[in-house]
Order: sequence, then C-alpha cells, then structure tokens
Amino acid sequence: MDSGFDFDVIQRSWGYLFREGMTFTVTLTLLAMTGGIIFGTLLAMMRLSAFKLLSMLAGGYVNLMRSVPLVLVIFWFFFLVPYIGAWITGADRPVQVGAWLSAVVTFTMFEAAYYCEIMRAGIQSVARGQVWAGYALGLNYWQTMGQIVLPQAFRNMLPVLLTQTIILFQDTSLVYVISATDFLGAASKVANRDYRLVEMYTFVAIVYFIISYSLSLLVKRLQDRIAIIR
Amino acid sequence: MGYNWHWKILLETEPGGTGSYLQYLIVGLGWTLATALAAWIIALTIGALVGTLRTTPYTWVVRTGNLYVEIFRNIPLIVQMFLWFFVMPELVPQELGDWIKQMPPPWGSFIPAVLCLGIFTSVRIAEQVRAGINSLPRGQHMAGTALGLTLGQAYRYVILPQAFRIILPPLTSESMNIIKNSSVALTIGLLELTGRARAMQEFSFRVFEAFAAATVIYLLTNLIVVLAMRALERKVRVPGLIAAAGAPQAGH
Repeated sequence: MDSGFDFDVIQRSWGYLFREGMTFTVTLTLLAMTGGIIFGTLLAMMRLSAFKLLSMLAGGYVNLMRSVPLVLVIFWFFFLVPYIGAWITGADRPVQVGAWLSAVVTFTMFEAAYYCEIMRAGIQSVARGQVWAGYALGLNYWQTMGQIVLPQAFRNMLPVLLTQTIILFQDTSLVYVISATDFLGAASKVANRDYRLVEMYTFVAIVYFIISYSLSLLVKRLQDRIAIIR
Repeated sequence: MGYNWHWKILLETEPGGTGSYLQYLIVGLGWTLATALAAWIIALTIGALVGTLRTTPYTWVVRTGNLYVEIFRNIPLIVQMFLWFFVMPELVPQELGDWIKQMPPPWGSFIPAVLCLGIFTSVRIAEQVRAGINSLPRGQHMAGTALGLTLGQAYRYVILPQAFRIILPPLTSESMNIIKNSSVALTIGLLELTGRARAMQEFSFRVFEAFAAATVIYLLTNLIVVLAMRALERKVRVPGLIAAAGAPQAGH
C-alpha cells in the first residue's frame, strides 16, 4: 500500500457511491421500515389476541427471528425466496430473484419481529378503559384498534420505532454477504478495484456515523417534544 | 415447489476430511462461543468502566465517555469489522501491522473479530450500566457519603452491587446478542457457525439442511444462555430488592 491517504478515490467514485449505493441503502431502509411496521403491528395484534393459536403462531415467529443472527436470516431468505416465488406463481422451478428483492423481503420479515415487540409494548401502554370505552360506543375490534388504540400506541412508541429504524439503516449494510450493491457494497467494490481499502472503509464509517448520529439527535429532540405535550 | 430433503448429509464427511458435516458445524459453534466469550470479557470490563464513569460528577470524563459511546454506536458492526481487519493494521507502526497481517488463520481474523465485537458491545453495556446506576434513588449515594465513604467506596459497596443486579435481564439479552453478532465475523473470514453453514451449503449444495442445522444449534445455544442467566439472577438476588422492568428498547 502506498503511503499517505488518496482522497481522490472518494471524489472519483462519489457518484457511484451515492447514486447507486446510498440510494439502495436508503430505499431498502424505507421499504423495510414501512413493511416491517405494518407486519409488526399485525403480529403484535396477533400476539395480544385472545385466540391461543394466533398468539402462539406470532410468538413463535417473533422468538425465532430474534434468536438467530441476521446474517443467517439473510442467507435463509436468499435461498428461500426463489422457492416462495415458485409457490406463489405456481411455477415448478425456483424463480430467479435478485439480491434486491431478496433483501427487501428479508429485512421486512426480520424487522417485523422487532417492530412487533415495540408495538406490543405500545398497545399495552394504552389504558384498558380506552378499549372498553370503544366497545361501549358500539365500535368493533378493528374500529377500536384502528381509531383508538393504535394511534395512541404509535405515538407513544414513535421515538423507539425511529431508533429501531436507525438500527435497521445500519443493519442493511449486512446485504454485503449476498454481494448487493448498497453503500458499503459499492464502496467495497471501489476499494478492491483501486486497492484503496483504508480510504474507502474510513470514508464509509464517517458517512454512516454522520447520518446515524444526526438522526439519533433528531429522535432525541422529538422525544423531548412528545414528553412535554403529554 | 419441490425440495428433496436429505438429512443424512449431516453425517457425511466434509471435503476437508476432518469429520462429518455435523462435527464441522459443531466446531463452528466452538469458534462462535470462543469469539463471543472473549469479546464478552472485553465488553463487560470496558462497558462497566465507561458506564460508571459517565455517572460521575466530572464533566470531562462524562463527555469523553459520551463520545466513545456515540462513535461505536453509530457505525454499523460490519463496517467496524472492516476497520479492525483492513484499516487498523495499516494505521499502526509498520512492524506491528506486518505482524498482524501475517498471523496464521484463524487468528488473523479471530483477534480483530474479538476486539471489534468487544468494543461494539461495550458501548451497549455502558448504556445499560449507566441506566442501572441512574435508576437508583439519589439517597443511596448520599447515604454512602454521609457514612463517610469516599466516592469510590460508595460506588464499590453501595451503588454498583445494586446496579448490576438491576441490569441482569438486559445483560442476558446482550449476551445473546453478542453470540448472534459474532456471525458478522464471517465477512472477515472467520469460519464460525454461520460461516460454516454457508461453506457446507457451497460444498454439498444442501442449502436448507445446512441452514436449518445452524438455526437449531443457535436456538439451543440461546436456550442454554437464558437458563444460565436465570440461574445467576436467582443466585445473586437480594431478598426485598425487586429489579425494575425495563422500558421497551430498540435492538437487533
């Protein structure tokens, strides 16, 4: 390795790093967050359901996801999604899916387990009387949940949900193991092509730090504001 | 969607000739546990120290602790792995760097993995320790000082013994996290459990048998850790002192 930093390599690959890599990372984060929160909320409702079978199914899923490493889950889905695709479309051979679709499915399903636990705590933080009041007014389960419980649960848990999303943003870098071109993947390809590992990985660390730290400061401010209103 | 299961593959010999695939995975579990345990010692030591220092009245000590926590909390684990593995040997004096780079496998990736995972986890433990100390009534510290204890003694005999009991449940989940997170070390070439399941899949083309076996091994390991930590909680419990239930936290 040559002595001294070669910052030029960052400038040369700037467009590739951000237009391809960071776009992949941010899109994946936003899609998995949306899907994860929707799935997670449904899972939380299942876990709190009076039907034993439903709550056991959801509990089993959540505990399974939380007990195995994310890297292993990424591998699982990378090979499993083609079979699920074949099952859905009725094809008799596994369907070819790229790293992108596989990553979206993986992170949605994996993060759903974590969002579920947050939403479960959120739903339980809403006073029981609210639910009874809803039923007393003649609302059914879905109306009570959708119009009374979930909006409050969501609001109470907003800072934790956002903190989990920052963790998700950092975790998406693990798609490196299926050779996807996220921000780290793009940087790693440039680093190996130009043999500039020190510069590229230091740069990646700084960029991740700036984004995650700024977001965590925003979450902290939001938390203070919510605390005052309540 | 047909997949022909072939579980007997686990008993067939792996290409390296060291034994069956099952043995190959079990040795992987050994490396996972060795990495996690060594990292856990670093994490507990630094985490307890930094977490405690952040509750002291010295502004600069607190700020340095906060800086340490923010740096290692806001960089993804895999990027930190790469920093320890690729970048660190280039930044230290050349002789030391060359020595690190020439370490025979698996030590060349085991040692960076342990350092990385240890420091990554120490930040999370520092947060738990600080929260544990802050959850104690202020009177505990005051009573200690009123009895003539120095600040150090008050921490040693009054505050820390209670704080550590309070944070035992979150420490349980951290010890499970460190086992799970050690799988990221496969990206720097450590053949731990997930890495070996991946290698088994490449050698034998038995994708789901390999990953299912690894999953079952992880589940059993988790179960053992949970039971062991519960036993520890019962053993060190002080009658009358109830551990507060923690607020929901984000994690991975």
